Amino acid sequence: MSDSDSSFTLDGRIIAFAPGQTILAAATAAGVYIPHLCAHPDFPPHGSCKLCTVTVNGRDGSACTIQAAPGQEVRSDTPELHEIRRVLLQMLFVEGNHFCPGCEKSGRCKLQALAYEIEMLSPHFVQFFPHREIDASHPEFFLDFNRCIMCELCVRASRDVDGKNIFALAGRGRESHIIVNSPSGKLGDTDFAATDKAAEVCPVGAILRKEIGFATPIGARLYDHAPISRVDLAGQEK
Amino acid sequence: MASLETAANPKKLRRVAIDPLTRVEGHGKVTLLLDAENKVHQVRLHIVEFRGFEAFIEGRPFWEVPVTVQRLCGICPVSHHLAAIKAMDAIAGYSHLTPTAEKLRRLMHYGQILQSHAVHFFHLASPDLLLGFDSEPTRRNIVGIAAAFPDIAKQGVLLRKFGQEVIRHTTGKRIHGTGAIPGGVNKALSAAERDTLRAGIDQMIVWARDAVRMIARLHEVHPAFYNGFGGFRANMMGLVDRHGALDLYHGGLRARDADGGPIFDHVDYTTYEKVLTEEIKPWTYMKFPHIRALGPEAGWYRVGPLARIQICAYVPSELAEIERRDFLAIGDGKPVHGALLYHWARMIEALHAAEVIRDLLDDPDIVGTDLMAERGERRSEAVGVIEAPRGTLFHHYRVGEDDLVKFCRLIVSTTNNNQAMNEAIRAVAAEYVDGRVLTEGLLNHIEVAIRAYDPCLSCATHAIGQMPLEVDLVDADGVLIDRRRKNFGGA
Repeated sequence: MSDSDSSFTLDGRIIAFAPGQTILAAATAAGVYIPHLCAHPDFPPHGSCKLCTVTVNGRDGSACTIQAAPGQEVRSDTPELHEIRRVLLQMLFVEGNHFCPGCEKSGRCKLQALAYEIEMLSPHFVQFFPHREIDASHPEFFLDFNRCIMCELCVRASRDVDGKNIFALAGRGRESHIIVNSPSGKLGDTDFAATDKAAEVCPVGAILRKEIGFATPIGARLYDHAPISRVDLAGQEK
Repeated sequence: MASLETAANPKKLRRVAIDPLTRVEGHGKVTLLLDAENKVHQVRLHIVEFRGFEAFIEGRPFWEVPVTVQRLCGICPVSHHLAAIKAMDAIAGYSHLTPTAEKLRRLMHYGQILQSHAVHFFHLASPDLLLGFDSEPTRRNIVGIAAAFPDIAKQGVLLRKFGQEVIRHTTGKRIHGTGAIPGGVNKALSAAERDTLRAGIDQMIVWARDAVRMIARLHEVHPAFYNGFGGFRANMMGLVDRHGALDLYHGGLRARDADGGPIFDHVDYTTYEKVLTEEIKPWTYMKFPHIRALGPEAGWYRVGPLARIQICAYVPSELAEIERRDFLAIGDGKPVHGALLYHWARMIEALHAAEVIRDLLDDPDIVGTDLMAERGERRSEAVGVIEAPRGTLFHHYRVGEDDLVKFCRLIVSTTNNNQAMNEAIRAVAAEYVDGRVLTEGLLNHIEVAIRAYDPCLSCATHAIGQMPLEVDLVDADGVLIDRRRKNFGGA
């Protein structure tokens, strides 16, 4: 098999791939960062956030869901795609209530880190200021739905890894929201545990362990010294 | 003087507004009601912004609060951070701190005192004092000071910068860092950071003492003016340590009357509601605290540097105590009450802060790594109090078993000074404005009196749902037909 049978070009650079790899996975393995939010190496592609949108042979699509194929011409690092990503991020910010100054996830939040990476300077759009609940019923964790971006990583982790099926997406369109699978709808009435995969996958500050907020000083947080692109490629991101 | 709060017949009077107040933190205005002869009938300080922090703290997890409440203010966020964390220590079950954690918190606090006092005196107040109350307004600012007195301006900027660097090394950022967490602090001070700060502190002490001496010289030139401007007899309140000495981080509440006589002493601040209460008035978002036993008419008080320096038995640092004794000498054994004397007292505190910073940096504990205390029994309600740059700051919280804040009350320094600031501007209006042709310079006299208190107006208005509201229905001739009032307290 020749090189061209197992490679594509990404912004002019030849990227080798293994059979079955997505464009995002192959790019990451080759040390090229494509911005993404709902994709996670431990889970099958989801393709919901669209942050990883790239142009493949002239058509836009999600790098996390499109299989790498020989000879593909992929564009990612373009002003047009960065603008699309910036707008997507702005919509995520205004759709929820993301107040970074008081959020304990600040400095290790993927949404915030991506906003820095893509140079989002303002929310631009009118804030929705939705009314969303906090679920503090669990003794060790609390859910702050104000910050949920509905990436469904918790849904996938709880269902596919933990086998507990604690979270689900309900509602449609603007009414979409994460619900908890218990008679009361409260996390405290589930068997959610600190050892669950779902307890560690939230990319934002929606699922948080109680009472340890701000224990890491400014200067030692995940994204304090390097942007998400470098942290992600170095394999520190989880 | 109190009669100037409300004019007997306001409809026939001319209204003059100083809006916005300049060189203060936040948004406020002063209104005066004058008759045809420019006689003053009413003077009020209004805080025209509304923040509502108390409401949006409620419902949040308690460990988030000490970080969130810092956003009340960009000048003294550390004070809110520490007042909140003192309460949250108790909520989380920490009854004491490790020596290193307490000293690091003190270090960040005294850094805060130094930078806030420097920014107030040099950037905000010195243009009035050095260039003149009625000097050209376009040059009456820090840029004008830099042009006329470049060395003084530079010292002010660098004193502030040093205080901010202390804050950065202890909280991670110059403004709105983290630092204190329930039970301790999240960051140790490295030896390299300690050495960096230690290398600069001696110069800061010299400059802070120079600033005290500069105000003393200004006073020497016009002693009667400085002693009398915006002056009025007032009770005074602040924290003192168990020996009665000035302690800006922790202590018991002490109140003295206008002659220095005792009102209460060493009151455990967690029981502040036994000695203090608040009154609401219809014309401002800011409440009026007072000493419960004395009532609203006689029980209001002054907080901040002018009160603290005079109610404490001594300032526990060598150079500042020498300056304090010089300052007290002008009262000939009695407390002094002139508004401009705040600046003198404030710079004595800045000098004290610099000395405390030096002593903390020389303490081996400051580079310790034992940052978290042993945890004890949790509590559902707690109060944290600290002496912020502008005065006594109260944070009171109740937290549910689910860790969410159910109740939040903030009584900030500027609120404690509310009646005193109103008295100050009424005193100035009566003496300098009454019966005269109004000029910008004359009106600035009123701003000078407010500025002396270093008010933080954006910190001061939070009690959503309790805002007093008065609606008047008047006919075409201005005759009152009906009036509806809401949340008026005793007024």
